[in-house]
Amino acid sequence: MQSAPHVEFRGVSKTYDGRTMVVRDLDLRVQEGEFFTLLGPSGSGKTTCLMMLAGFEAPSSGEIRLSGRSVQHLPPRKRGIGVVFQNYALFPHMTVRRNLAFPLEVRGISAASRRQRIRQALEVVRLDGFEDRRPAELSGGQQQRVAIARALVFNPSLVLMDEPLGALDRRLREEMQFEIRRMQQDLGVTVVYVTHDQQEAMAMSSRVAVFHRGHIQQVAAPETLYEEPEREFVASFIGDNNMLRGHVRKAERDFCDVETPGGTVRAFPVHGCRPGDRSVLAIRPERVSLTKPGVYTNEFEAVVEDILFIGDHLRLRVNLCGNPNFIVKIQNTVGHSAVLEGDRVRIGWSVMDCRALPDEEGGSGPTPVNQQGTENRSRSAVDAGKPKTGRTNDSVLAQSHREDGV
Amino acid sequence: MTGHNLAERLGRGLHLAFCIVVFSFLIAPMLVVVPLSFNAEPYFTFSQGMLALDADAYSLRWYRSVIVNEEWRLALTNSLFIGLVAAALATVLGVLAALGLASPAMPGRAFVTGLLISPMITPIIISAAGMFFFYSKLGLSQTHLGLILAHAALGTPFVVITVTATLSGFDQNLARAAASLGAGPFAVFRRVQLPLIAPGVIAGGLFAFAASFDEVVTVLFLGGLEQRTIPRQMWAGIREQISPEILAVATFLVAFVLVLLGVVECLRKRGGQGPVGR
Repeated sequence: MQSAPHVEFRGVSKTYDGRTMVVRDLDLRVQEGEFFTLLGPSGSGKTTCLMMLAGFEAPSSGEIRLSGRSVQHLPPRKRGIGVVFQNYALFPHMTVRRNLAFPLEVRGISAASRRQRIRQALEVVRLDGFEDRRPAELSGGQQQRVAIARALVFNPSLVLMDEPLGALDRRLREEMQFEIRRMQQDLGVTVVYVTHDQQEAMAMSSRVAVFHRGHIQQVAAPETLYEEPEREFVASFIGDNNMLRGHVRKAERDFCDVETPGGTVRAFPVHGCRPGDRSVLAIRPERVSLTKPGVYTNEFEAVVEDILFIGDHLRLRVNLCGNPNFIVKIQNTVGHSAVLEGDRVRIGWSVMDCRALPDEEGGSGPTPVNQQGTENRSRSAVDAGKPKTGRTNDSVLAQSHREDGV
Repeated sequence: MTGHNLAERLGRGLHLAFCIVVFSFLIAPMLVVVPLSFNAEPYFTFSQGMLALDADAYSLRWYRSVIVNEEWRLALTNSLFIGLVAAALATVLGVLAALGLASPAMPGRAFVTGLLISPMITPIIISAAGMFFFYSKLGLSQTHLGLILAHAALGTPFVVITVTATLSGFDQNLARAAASLGAGPFAVFRRVQLPLIAPGVIAGGLFAFAASFDEVVTVLFLGGLEQRTIPRQMWAGIREQISPEILAVATFLVAFVLVLLGVVECLRKRGGQGPVGR
């Protein structure tokens, strides 16, 4: 029999005002030694979960267990969890050494042992020689390392990290992603990591829980999340996906036919479906090809609205099946670069690369937006006044550029 | 163009003149005390000799007579004792109150803050009269303890205000971090919160001390002969035996308050540059 999970949430709900649920009836299990990421846009409840796990907030209902024991009445100081805060929360009036000594001193560990542990922890984060600096005398990346060292120095078996890389620039962030992953594997600790950055989550995690409006949408390894999203939100949040909305006309075990404003598409029904259901289809831009007739089950003719040259690949925007921002990503190989704006092209994709999901979001009306993650979502809110189909090419191109490289 | 400039310069000149007049009206009575305290004659006016800057017209005799006078010495001891104990009490109470008020779980924050600050706003004569009747019933009038309690109540608002201001810049995540690292509530306070809010605590304590040190109304109501403080003794000096001794004491007090203000200002600057005011 498997031992109890290191972290377990059982039906946990949290509300601050008694009406709005920040987290709703949440179940979650994290195994020993996992790098587990809570991923979601801001306000999705992921940080609240972390704060409840650390003991700073109490669940309104439900139970949190650590290694099988309920921690309901355990204050933060008795949980033995290392926490890395978003703004590092280093003690500004103490040197690096004193910051690291703090958790050891309150545990009554001898001075000799303290010195040794502090040295080891600083070696792990590669900051030896910085013992006598104060936090204000360190760069953001160095402060980050001190915060991690402080969370590790008392040998906790569980470390929580709340958007620890949010304040760093892009290059440093990527370096630190690698470093944190290395430390976690070297030390064998369990890490519960919170981020809104899906690339970060994909790069670091053994498993990811995708949060949306206080619910977990899907828990899976990064590859599975990307290849087999099970909910509309996951498909739109993780990487780029072209979303097509329509009604199921015919449903079989292995496929279903969905009628979209631009024609019927054959797709793989992820959860099964019945004729008449509203459905949203998710198709990755890199799984769509320019094709000759008769190659794919799903083939459509469309006019290339504009082309974005990225370098190793090109992104074509076409108006297809009711989605005016349907993106086709093609490799920059000989022949393909011959496509020009305004060309009429034939586009095709296979049934297995087209996942039919229950329509949970804005299923109303025939103007679906090409959802490419949170950027797009917030932008939609900003653009609320304008018709969504009337977006300028600039914004589409800018978006494609930003979201590139997943 | 020039007319415009002229009007502007005239305006600025008038503004400056106005400021100087107001400033001298407010400050001059205090400054004039200083040279007068060195008067060799037993009068409150400048003698001919003083105006002629004759060295013989100046003397330290009033300072000497203050120092040798038993009553003044008792007053100084009383002022320091009552002031220090009251300030310490006010500091402890004020810091605790400010910490509680800073907690997000605190209900009725505005009301409680108002209540705590009220001794600062209520006319002192009303507080003093109320204390007089209440403390008399408890047998606290004409005791040092009674005055200490009264002055602590008057000093606490200063501590609440300065510490609340410092705490508003305090990152609550630091307290959370300390707790997650294994520190109990007292260790969190002593090792993380207190060092970071220390400038506010010390400034508040100094204000509380100053409030007690120059307070005369409650002393008039509550203090007996044994509890005479410096302000109370000065009051008596003016009413009973008009002697330039009080000018010497006044000069001493002005210097003392300037030093206190300097300390507060230094702390404020350090607090501004330090981690708290980040």
